[in-house]
Amino acid sequence: MDTFLQQLVNGLTAGSVYAVVALGYTMVYGIIQLINFAHGEVVMIGAMVAFTIINLLVPTGLPALAIVLIGTGCAVPVCMLVGYSVERLAYRPLRHAPRLAPLITAIGVSIILQHLALMVWSRNVLAFPQIIQSQTYFIGGAAITTVQIAILAICFMLMASLAILVYRTPLGTAMRATAQNPQVAGLMGIDINRVIAVTFIIGAGLGAVAGVLFGTYYGIAQYTIGSVLGLKAFSAAVLGGIGNIPGAMLGGVLLGLVEALGAGYIGDLTDLCQWGLPLAACEDGGHFILMGSNYQDVFAFFVLILVLVFRPQGLLGERVGDRA
Amino acid sequence: MKNVNVGITLIAAAVALIGCGQGGGGGEVKIGHVGPLTGGIAHLGKDNENGARLAVEEANAAKVKLDGKEVKFVFVAEDDQADPKVGATVAQKMVDAKVAGVVGHLNSGTSIPASPIYSQAGIPVISGSATNPKLTEQGFKTQFRVVGRDDQQGPAIASYLAANNKPKTVAVIDDATAYGEGIANEVEKTLKAAKITVLPREKGTDKTTDWKAILTKLRGRNPDAVFYGGMDATGGPLMKQGRELGIKAVFAFGDGACTDEMAKLAGQAAEGLLCSQAGLPVEAADKKFLDAYKKKFNADPILYSPFTYDAANLLIAAMQKANSADPKKYLPELAKIEYEGVTGKISFDSKGDRKDAEMTIFTMKSGKITPVAVIKGGKSTSFADFMKK
Repeated sequence: MDTFLQQLVNGLTAGSVYAVVALGYTMVYGIIQLINFAHGEVVMIGAMVAFTIINLLVPTGLPALAIVLIGTGCAVPVCMLVGYSVERLAYRPLRHAPRLAPLITAIGVSIILQHLALMVWSRNVLAFPQIIQSQTYFIGGAAITTVQIAILAICFMLMASLAILVYRTPLGTAMRATAQNPQVAGLMGIDINRVIAVTFIIGAGLGAVAGVLFGTYYGIAQYTIGSVLGLKAFSAAVLGGIGNIPGAMLGGVLLGLVEALGAGYIGDLTDLCQWGLPLAACEDGGHFILMGSNYQDVFAFFVLILVLVFRPQGLLGERVGDRA
Repeated sequence: MKNVNVGITLIAAAVALIGCGQGGGGGEVKIGHVGPLTGGIAHLGKDNENGARLAVEEANAAKVKLDGKEVKFVFVAEDDQADPKVGATVAQKMVDAKVAGVVGHLNSGTSIPASPIYSQAGIPVISGSATNPKLTEQGFKTQFRVVGRDDQQGPAIASYLAANNKPKTVAVIDDATAYGEGIANEVEKTLKAAKITVLPREKGTDKTTDWKAILTKLRGRNPDAVFYGGMDATGGPLMKQGRELGIKAVFAFGDGACTDEMAKLAGQAAEGLLCSQAGLPVEAADKKFLDAYKKKFNADPILYSPFTYDAANLLIAAMQKANSADPKKYLPELAKIEYEGVTGKISFDSKGDRKDAEMTIFTMKSGKITPVAVIKGGKSTSFADFMKK
């Protein structure tokens, strides 16, 4: 039982990070129907900038929490700037081009950002400074660290603030209007370019925070972390219904849970020996495991395929009326 | 059109001429090194490269003569990204560049697909760090290694673990690479022979960052020790997450995660880990080498550079014995060489493995891996006693 509970905690933590990253994909898709494949790299840059700032500040002897906050405070504007520049330089000139053109551009931008990061931060796996003394609490046999609690709190706070922004403010109304019909929104006096730029900036800011959370949680940062994280978050967005904000949140958390439970139990479930099959490997309490826990990363994409086959519009569907 | 053809002919002729210049006795002799210079273990790749580079530069400074003519050794370094496919491509590149011998590759996963390519071209290749037994079991006459094998290293760490920590149940995890799986298999075999229960194997990949699902599952089975066959880039997060989950078992690793990096990657959690390295610790290498390395690269050797240094020197020594840089002529000399290297006496058995390779067991103490025992021929000696000898 405590194993199951622990897997839930693990899945929820990873899933909430996926959810925050997935928001960046879904917001941009909702507004201009572009899958911004460079978003994963923005998350990576967030982690890297925070890594540099935190390393610079550690010798000053400031309190650990302050250092991490300053690190995040620097990562967010940098990522916002990156997000804005990418939109301005790479996507806006292609706004009216065939849809394939900006998609390929997005992949190109992703490669460029990755290699810029490679040049700045080297190719090594960087050890993210572990200055926050993490306390472990046991709740019903499940270990949860202060860092995990903080990640959950921050992610859910970010999601709530975004929901308020989109559904309760004039800017949010403008975003939803642009998503519904850019031409008409323009005629109503909404500055479309500004709204789209703001969408990219908000998405990038969320991505930056997710990057810092990722670095703090796993204790590593590398120029490649953006690609797998980005792909999983993209799967989460599709799972929830791309273009749909609550869908991305749900999709992220679900994906985290599927991954944790999948990796935790698939090995036991596919152990052919427990079904009493007469295999040579089963003698003397041996095991013959068909799919081991190394299939963990496959689950995200397995789920993606299932969703695309059986429910292409995603769990919460894309209600064209209010995607933003 | 005619001019173009003439141009191509000229270029072809020039290439042919350059090719001749490198194959012969005197003049320029190319020595290659291959290891990952990008990716998660680039720091280890660079360390290996530095070791070989130092040997080549020293040979140039010593003005080595072959067949009465002074030769200039040219060092050719390539990046295989620790990727088996790239490893094979780079091996072909080395062959095309007409190198006289190769030091490398770093990983077993890249060395194995590269070895038939070198074998076909007849070019001797000595790895200073690839420990998977398969490498020398393929029967290629051109393949050597100066480091021990997993089937020697695995039993060493496993028997040390069994004797000193006396675990009842051990969990074994690997990263699904040729190296990780190889060493994990050997550890499992030895533990089972010592009547210790081994849990069903868990597997990640060499890029896994989230080990919590696997570790949580293991926590439910309460092992006394966890062995991981993999590199430090994944082993560090593994150990950190294990401790976060409240697993109190001893964590043991193979040489890929037997570095000081572990302390940075896992922080406090890394304290007390056990790990093994094929060969001897860097500090047990010859003092002259350590000083020269430090002076040249302004950094301390990390892991296998004393071995790649010896590997490059072995190639050069065999060439001197044969009085030729022609692989056909010096290969037999290399196979029967008796050489006093910075990692000790080196000679090869019929498979190209180093005879009587030593294994060292380390533990993490205040952020540094510290040798605790040396294992040779199945016998364990404490490190302090070993250094006295």
